[in-house]
Amino acid sequence: MPRLVSHPDEVKIISRRFGQGAAEIEKYLELDGYKAVRTSIEKGPEWIITEMKASGLRGRGGAGFPTGLKWSFVPKQSDKPKYVLVNGDESEPGTCKDHLIFLHDPHAVIEGTMIAGLAIGAKMGFIYLRGEYRYLLTIMEKAVADAYAKGFLGKNIFGSGVDFDIVTQTGAGAYEVGEESALMESLEGKRGVPRIKPPFPAVVGLYGGATVINNAETIASVPHVLLMGPEAYAKVGSERNGGTRLFGISGHVERPGVYELPMGYSLRKAIYEVGGGIRGGKNLKAVVPGGSSTPVLLPEEIDVGLDFDQMGKAGTMLGSGGIVVLDETVCMVEFALRTISFYQHESCGWCIPCREGTDWLKKSITRLHAGGAVDKDIDNIRYLAENMMGRTFCPLGDAAAMPTLGFVKKFRKEFEDHLNGRGCPYKHVREQEEALV
Amino acid sequence: MSQIANSIFSPELAARFDKLVTLYPLRRSALIPMLLYAQDEIGYISDAVVAEVAERIGIRENDVRSVLSYYSMLRTKPAGKYNIQVCTNISCMLRDGYGILEHCKNRLGIGHREVTPDGMFSLEEVECIGACCWAPAIQVNYDFYDELTPEKMDQILDDYKAGRTKETV
Ligand SMILES: Cc1cc2nc3c(=O)[nH]c(=O)nc-3n(C[C@H](O)[C@H](O)[C@H](O)COP(=O)(O)O)c2cc1C
Ligand code: SF4
Ligand code: FES
Repeated sequence: MPRLVSHPDEVKIISRRFGQGAAEIEKYLELDGYKAVRTSIEKGPEWIITEMKASGLRGRGGAGFPTGLKWSFVPKQSDKPKYVLVNGDESEPGTCKDHLIFLHDPHAVIEGTMIAGLAIGAKMGFIYLRGEYRYLLTIMEKAVADAYAKGFLGKNIFGSGVDFDIVTQTGAGAYEVGEESALMESLEGKRGVPRIKPPFPAVVGLYGGATVINNAETIASVPHVLLMGPEAYAKVGSERNGGTRLFGISGHVERPGVYELPMGYSLRKAIYEVGGGIRGGKNLKAVVPGGSSTPVLLPEEIDVGLDFDQMGKAGTMLGSGGIVVLDETVCMVEFALRTISFYQHESCGWCIPCREGTDWLKKSITRLHAGGAVDKDIDNIRYLAENMMGRTFCPLGDAAAMPTLGFVKKFRKEFEDHLNGRGCPYKHVREQEEALV
Repeated sequence: MSQIANSIFSPELAARFDKLVTLYPLRRSALIPMLLYAQDEIGYISDAVVAEVAERIGIRENDVRSVLSYYSMLRTKPAGKYNIQVCTNISCMLRDGYGILEHCKNRLGIGHREVTPDGMFSLEEVECIGACCWAPAIQVNYDFYDELTPEKMDQILDDYKAGRTKETV
């Protein structure tokens, strides 16, 4: 069972019920469970969407799209059934927050899905977890069954005259399936190859019906937003970035873990105070601030607030909230290689810039790390990555190119140190260290 | 009684499949869960699994194979009874995920996607499994183990060898 951590700077909204047995429906009810959905039924769709807009909640899946606005795009009238699809594919390296939500507060995901359904007029919701999360699927399945048993799901929920069903399922191992249109393909029993947009899912989505797709954390935040009121929720965060977020701090810190911090919280403090600083008193070398696809930051660039806008201004992205911390012993070329290898492995292969680009990047960086590259190879790596940007069907191509460009730009000297047969300088340092032990 | 005569699956699984295809607006949506559950029971996706799943859903075998080849957790050859999946992605790499992988290779005497001669263990290097903050992490079949050290890893392998497996949570 993953360890729960805490820090005084945390503001526990989404994680309020963690560690309290709220996976049991009675406990969830005791802790204000299923109150927000009752209010939502009473007040109706317009009210829900107005509240969500006022809360400043933005999608926790990576792109930070305002949730209320997304819901408002779904046409009111529609010939086809509409759907809610919860994205629990959670596969961006550095990210493990939805893991804890499914484990500790599965009913919040169910309740959020119901509220999203009420807002857009859907009668069915799907909760899709990554295939590796089988034990979490078991927990979700039990929670769904308990909600049916209570009459919270199914026909005429809470005596409202409205029907709502939820189906849970898992994937079977594929990062690309986290992309929303590939997710729909996967749920329809196909290969996870994305769809061309437009049409956007809000218009033509699952089974051709209008569909709202949200990250699991976004959905789990919804009942809390309504419970505490959108103004109070918005105020916790920073400008245009309402509320809190589950940040994962991993890598070379003293106290890795998932912490709930207000949006806009200082990245420096997240690393040095919340995460306990660099392990073993070493120096900080680099931070990958929002999952493996976000461009790297240098130690002098971490005085920045953790929200979508401030991170954008700092030349990177808030992404999935997975902060990966690297100390001075890391070889950045090796790290870049591990990162690109992941994207090469996960490229669905549909478009050439991504399929070939990731492959050539992996080959070039492998050679460079081994010492077999020459000067112009570094520029070739940059050139390759630059030419992938914006030229692919889905953002996975960018997700591979962006971090690569960041590594080459900010750690050029380290790339150069590997040239002309020299190979990885860190390898020798590490071997010496090991010999000493 | 299952909808399919002479099903290759256990009666429980066959009944589960009968229900699964009715849950969705389209039967085909049940395909990926069905393949996973079939693999859990049979050990891998055999030709017979492909044939029966295709029949249950009402699609061609080739459509099943095309989906099967896309997803990394689905396999067409048996793995060991306990499939050790070691994450070496960035957060685990920074906390000695590669050391754990090496350790497993040495202990088990097998490499990536290989099976021990007695069929007990197989080993896989995998991408991020969503346990980054508790790195280094592995999965044995569907069970997670985290904050590993070589010593903890030895204990886990010994436990499985002795038949002491972890009940999921
Ligand atoms: C390659 C790729 C992988 C993605 N993986 C995930 C994921 O695992 N979980 C997730 O919620 N969103 C993921 N996304 C983002 C989704 O496409 C989508 O924007 C998100 O689920 C919308 O939810 P939100 O508005 O609540 O953030 C991914 C996007 C891309 C391009
Ligand atoms: S960018 Fe990559 S993952 Fe996305 S469609 Fe193209 S090949 Fe597939
Ligand atoms: S990087 Fe290993 S679990 Fe995420």
